[in-house]
Amino acid sequence: MVRQCFIIFGCLALGELIVWLTGTSIPGSIIGMLLLTAFLQMKVVKLEWIKGMTDFLISNLGFFFVPPGVALMLYLDVIQAELLPITVATVGSTIVVLIVTGWTHQIFKKK
Amino acid sequence: MEILHNDIVLLALTFGTYFAARQCQKKTGWVIMNPILLTIALLILFLKVAGISYETYHKAGSYIDFWLKPAIVALGVPLYQNLSQIRKQFLPIFLSQLVGCVAGVVSVVLIAQALGASREVILSLAPKSVTTPIAMEVCQSMGGIPSLTAAIVVLVGLFGAVFGFKILEVWHVRNPYSQGLSLGTASHAVGTSRAMEKGQHYGAYASLGLILNGVLTALLTPFILKLII
Repeated sequence: MVRQCFIIFGCLALGELIVWLTGTSIPGSIIGMLLLTAFLQMKVVKLEWIKGMTDFLISNLGFFFVPPGVALMLYLDVIQAELLPITVATVGSTIVVLIVTGWTHQIFKKK
Repeated sequence: MEILHNDIVLLALTFGTYFAARQCQKKTGWVIMNPILLTIALLILFLKVAGISYETYHKAGSYIDFWLKPAIVALGVPLYQNLSQIRKQFLPIFLSQLVGCVAGVVSVVLIAQALGASREVILSLAPKSVTTPIAMEVCQSMGGIPSLTAAIVVLVGLFGAVFGFKILEVWHVRNPYSQGLSLGTASHAVGTSRAMEKGQHYGAYASLGLILNGVLTALLTPFILKLII
């Protein structure tokens, strides 16, 4: 448990450190994810050391979005005032991204 | 009703609502009964009725969203497990990400502009496809409203999680890897968690979409916006 937390928070902390040092706009959590992948690949970290914790975090990923979602209540008036452009643009654009990405990948992927 | 303002009570309520919402989805089997969506809606309703401010709720909620960052780090595991497969497919993956990123920013801005959205809202919508921290950062640097972006990002994620696979099926995107990738690209971590439910290899490609589109959006959005606004 302690080792699992140390590895995951260690990667996150290194990610934050890199953000602080370089001033990049890529968030520390994304850099931490890439670091964890690299450490696993280099066999510095063994998969079985962290599997329990990462399975727990990944299977509850959606739940962690509940509080940021509740922040919607602060913008109900802005959203109401521009309801049509906001909903049509987000829904329309999300559909465009889904299809365009999927098609491009399907066309170029090696058989 | 001071007791309702207590952090622990609000946390218990959040867990309880989510649990009930998940049972509800299991019982009915309806995709629209997404437990995240349902929990958010019920909590907002409850807070409004009970007269509790978002600031009060946020004190409790921050114990939960604190785990978002470590959870994103944890996505390194499926990424590692699929690395050799991904290496072989690097070019198609990179190309589809580039196209997806540009299409996402350009289409949301053009549609919002055509329908007369204000400049602030347009800037807040531009990075909508990517994970919250990146989206907020991009929005901030462009002069939008970061917390509006955060809220929109969650909505986009939910839309992708609920309807993503349906839309891809209808438009003949049938390859599991392409489906996973598209879901992560269009609807970040919420879409990724949905893909993860469907299978580990869907999830790994979704994490990849989440990362690559996140990075590309952070790098390209300022230039794209300069060209079209």
